Amino acid sequence: MDTNSSAGEARPPARPVLEGPDIARMLTRIAHEIVERAKGADDVVLLGIPTRGVFLARRLAAKLAEITGRTIPVGSLDITMYRDDLRLGPARTLARTDIPADGIEGRVVLLVDDVLFSGRTIRAALDALGDIGRPRAVQLAVLVDRGHRELPIRADYVGKNLPTSLRETVKVQLTEEDGRDAVLLGVRETAPAGER
Amino acid sequence: MKRHLISAADLTRDDAVLILDTAEEMARVADRPIKKLPTLRGRTVVNLFFEDSTRTRISFEAAAKRLSADVINFSAKGSSVSKGESLKDTALTLEAMGADAVVIRHHDSGAPHRLATSGWIGGSVVNAGDGTHEHPTQALLDAFTMRRRLVGADAGIGQDLAGRRITIVGDILHSRVARSNVHLLTTLGAEVTLVAPPTLVPFGVERWPCEVSYDLDSVVAKSDAVMMLRVQRERMNAAFFPTEREYARRYGLDGERMARMPEHAIVMHPGPMNRGMEITAEVADSPRCTAVEQVANGVSIRMAVLYLLLGGNEPAVTATSTPTEESK
Amino acid sequence: MSKILIRGAKVLGGEPQDVLITDETITAVGTDLTVSSAEGAQVVEAEGKILLPGLVDLHTHLREPGREDSETVLTGTRAAAVGGYTAVFAMANTFPVADTAGVVEQVWRLGKEHGYCDVQPIGAVTVGLEGKKLAELGAMHESAANVRVFSDDGKCVDDAVIMRRALEYVKAFDGVVAQHAQEPRLTEGAQMNEGIVSAELGLGGWPAVAEESIIARDVLLAEHVGSRVHICHLSTAGSVEIVRWAKSRGINVTAEVTPHHLLLTDELVRTYNPVYKVNPPLRTERDVLALREALADGTIDIVATDHAPHPHEDKDCEWGAAAMGMVGLETALSVVQHTMVDSGLLDWAGVADRMSFRPADIGRLEGHGRPISAGEPANLTLVDSAYRGVVDPAGFASRSRNTPYEGRELSGRVTHTFLRGRATVVDGKLA
Repeated sequence: MDTNSSAGEARPPARPVLEGPDIARMLTRIAHEIVERAKGADDVVLLGIPTRGVFLARRLAAKLAEITGRTIPVGSLDITMYRDDLRLGPARTLARTDIPADGIEGRVVLLVDDVLFSGRTIRAALDALGDIGRPRAVQLAVLVDRGHRELPIRADYVGKNLPTSLRETVKVQLTEEDGRDAVLLGVRETAPAGER
Repeated sequence: MKRHLISAADLTRDDAVLILDTAEEMARVADRPIKKLPTLRGRTVVNLFFEDSTRTRISFEAAAKRLSADVINFSAKGSSVSKGESLKDTALTLEAMGADAVVIRHHDSGAPHRLATSGWIGGSVVNAGDGTHEHPTQALLDAFTMRRRLVGADAGIGQDLAGRRITIVGDILHSRVARSNVHLLTTLGAEVTLVAPPTLVPFGVERWPCEVSYDLDSVVAKSDAVMMLRVQRERMNAAFFPTEREYARRYGLDGERMARMPEHAIVMHPGPMNRGMEITAEVADSPRCTAVEQVANGVSIRMAVLYLLLGGNEPAVTATSTPTEESK
Repeated sequence: MSKILIRGAKVLGGEPQDVLITDETITAVGTDLTVSSAEGAQVVEAEGKILLPGLVDLHTHLREPGREDSETVLTGTRAAAVGGYTAVFAMANTFPVADTAGVVEQVWRLGKEHGYCDVQPIGAVTVGLEGKKLAELGAMHESAANVRVFSDDGKCVDDAVIMRRALEYVKAFDGVVAQHAQEPRLTEGAQMNEGIVSAELGLGGWPAVAEESIIARDVLLAEHVGSRVHICHLSTAGSVEIVRWAKSRGINVTAEVTPHHLLLTDELVRTYNPVYKVNPPLRTERDVLALREALADGTIDIVATDHAPHPHEDKDCEWGAAAMGMVGLETALSVVQHTMVDSGLLDWAGVADRMSFRPADIGRLEGHGRPISAGEPANLTLVDSAYRGVVDPAGFASRSRNTPYEGRELSGRVTHTFLRGRATVVDGKLA
């Protein structure tokens, strides 16, 4: 569990490793990379993975619009019902899946998430996507890649590679949800999921 | 949420809103090319029906199958149950087969409660209608239909039915739908009025959190939704009312009465409808009548209930805090 | 010659006294009997305990013949002895129905053979309890069983003419009709008391008026034909009012209440546990309080158990499919102590009246319900009223376990029961 709730007294407070301007810069860079590699991004659809991936997708879409002068379709893809760890906790609240009106058939879907860790979320997202349509290609953009992959998955666009130990936690905060932009590095209170 | 869904009274406002919100997401799955989710793979849902009810059974069956659960239909008719096997032995059989949830329809009020509390089975029990007691998923799909129509599918997320005026008309005495709706709709903040001839109002109704009227005309104009209950013709023979004609005239919904409802107001019916009895064909076929929508919504609601009960190692926790991302 | 000395017991709850039993009879009652006449007697130390006349139950279902899987005369009378009873009236709804001299004599003989408790059969009012044709009431009276109480209990004698005829007919031999007051049409499909709880649970309602209307009719019939009538298991506040009115008018009516109607309410049905399913149904708290008050002021004459044993499978099921009834012989006195004595409504002399003197009198049963004094039959019950214990049906002498009190703490325990000078229960266990 990567929850940051109920921080124990003994634990050192999570410290910011990236601040608002860093995040803005990284998103701008990723947007440029997308335009470059996707040849103008004219058939790209951005799908953010709730919660924070959706906000990042919207920000990226705005930057892409600035660069290309066109509106880039953006939506959200909830992966809850495709997770492989559903039986490890109480039934989870669902988030919204919102596929842009023109769909994803034959397009390049760019999945957007905040942190890439074990890769299981992305595996679930690929399954979810398969039930919705058949994109020409699927790519992945993340703000932070913290390593420790448990599946053969990699990101196409990475804001920052952040080497971490399994004892550490990475938490992305975004203004839309948390009131500020930051990436926090902390120490978990219990054994990480991978060691259980 | 509790582990079983026996009574609408077991649901808090937050539970109920969570179910409606979840159903809204489930409804969107129905618009996809592939209407199936892998969520309950490996789970077994048993539909244990002691009463014939094809509509409710196929609704639960469709819900469970869309969530990839294995579905076993156990109908009492023609089985050992009709040859005197007890509910207990049936339950022990289902337990041995590893049922994660038992959806039970029974002619005796309280049978699902008994099944859930007797220790006969370990899985979740979902009441699909018991005697004249309750039918909680029907009330949930009714509330879902009202919220979609009166508040809006997207605008309704997170919302209840505060201040909406709902009128339920017909055989309240024998209606499990009415009982569940009174509990659920008042929990969701609606104001409920029951309308029936005095013979079809239960003794002790004055303690229910709702109004009672014997006069349909005095309430239709003030209703956001008018729910017509099915009235069985047998009731006439037991002297609950004199004739079908008199019932239809005093308590049926016809075009003229519908015209006096507010413009936005809807007509609901849990089905199957007795056209010409509690509802005229004109009303039943009008765009204000949500009977067909209610059937579609029933699948979404039952998907939501099954998911929230079986989608984890325990039922969903109703709280504002959602766990943050894990195992990215 | 056998002698038993009960030493230091509070007779009917009064001052401590010694009671000497010689063979089948009480031969002396007084203080300090040790030296004089009691030499060689077996001594039962009874300091602090209450001595009552042997209890008499006017309403027991022994189930034999026909349903020996739930109870027999043997197991039922053993349960009765444990509960402090020395005589029980056995209801007629057996298979075959006790509507002939043959069946009542069989039940009566079985009781005599086993010797735990006298069994006085009740005869059916109508053939097969069907309410249509009078059973041979006279023949049952003239049989060895000497039947004086007649009842279709389990069913109501709802036909007013049949009821009238029965009331009249039994006058010839000082009999009494014990009516199970339940208007059948008003209780079709009834599953529990009709009220706030039934409305919520969706269980078929059993209105109070179904009981009250029959009681009202029957007291008026009894007045009209000059007969006495007994009302079984009265359960509503309204029934109390009707009986009170009838008594004030001089109508010869007597009434009984069960222990469970003195304690339990229909709120318990919310559990849907069929152990609470009983006929008449558990009513409301208002009814319970009215029944207690009526028992205290004498409007209700007696406590009768309506001991109704059922095999496990008839209760281990859904409510609608379950049998109605509760066992009660082994817990009756504790429930009465809890509801009536501990609450200050009734003293022990009152308990003796409601559970021994009056029921024996209503049933015209000789040798029971007699005062505790020299020359009387030694039918006695010794009660440890200070005892507190949790009801555990596993220890019941009855063959059935369908008690609504499982796990409940009750007060009081019968330590000794004497049937005509012979101990049937010693230290709370069957002798």
